[in-house]
Amino acid sequence: MKSDILAGMRQSVSVIVSAAPFGLLFGALAVDNGMTVWQAVLMSATVYAGASQMVGIELFGQNVAPWLIVFSIFAVNFRHVLYSASVGRRLTGYSVSQKALAFFFLIDPQYAESERRVEQGKALTLPWYLGFGLPIYVTWISEAWIGATFGKMISNPQALGLDFLLPIYFLGLVMGFRKRALWLPVVLASGAASILAWKFVGSPWHVSLGALAGIILAAAAPLPKVDSSSEGAK
Amino acid sequence: MSSLTVTLIIIASALATYLTRIGGHLVLSQFRRIHPRVEAALNAVPAAVLITLVAPSLLTGGVPEISALVVAALVSLRSGLMPAFIAGAVVLLVMRSLGL
Repeated sequence: MKSDILAGMRQSVSVIVSAAPFGLLFGALAVDNGMTVWQAVLMSATVYAGASQMVGIELFGQNVAPWLIVFSIFAVNFRHVLYSASVGRRLTGYSVSQKALAFFFLIDPQYAESERRVEQGKALTLPWYLGFGLPIYVTWISEAWIGATFGKMISNPQALGLDFLLPIYFLGLVMGFRKRALWLPVVLASGAASILAWKFVGSPWHVSLGALAGIILAAAAPLPKVDSSSEGAK
Repeated sequence: MSSLTVTLIIIASALATYLTRIGGHLVLSQFRRIHPRVEAALNAVPAAVLITLVAPSLLTGGVPEISALVVAALVSLRSGLMPAFIAGAVVLLVMRSLGL
């Protein structure tokens, strides 16, 4: 059991390092978009999903209806449904409350590393799962606090490029999914539809209308060889 | 938007997110398998949502913004998210500071 915890902690280091800039960036952008420091920390501690947190604060900055912000975050996090369905089969021997706890920590790297561990023939024990997940969780929350605290000192975010870092980050995430079936048609359909919707309907509807275009295309397209891999981005 | 509203939105978003993390397991344990078309649609969700947050920049962005996106996309073909993000950010900052 002790070695499982340590193995998990060791594997968490590279995730912590690569996620750190985004944890800090989230905190800084959150206060830049009108959140308090503690709200930024609360969001990292309870939503705990980087990309959707970024989407959320982007929408907080515009004057968007509250339900639409919640829905957008739900939409961005919808991929977790697949992780949940897939990894749920591996949590053998977990009690109901242990499962409920494990699912809270089911972020992209947690999912990817869990699937990898099963593939290596090792048991997905709770000590390994939390040994991997808890350090990432604790540092993620700390980064929101540090980023938000120092973010308040930034007086001219435009000069630092903070206003345009998110689109670059989102494009990086989109590129991370490029091995998936129908990736290019989906991206082109959603991209074009979002530009049209942005121009003729207005923000923030370009998000839902644009996304819908790609999703409908994927559902209607001729079925490819079923690829259930769902490796996500961080 | 009041501070209380923001806090409530955060809490609602946290519940919605938790629902996605536990929902797949709860639903799948009821069915034997997901319909392939539903699965194809679900697989398309992340890229479809995220690209809508980028694409309008092609209309609103100037030379530094569009160059940053192009560079980030090219770098990501060869490496991971972090190098692509940093390369795009550097291009953005350098071109803006040069007043392009």
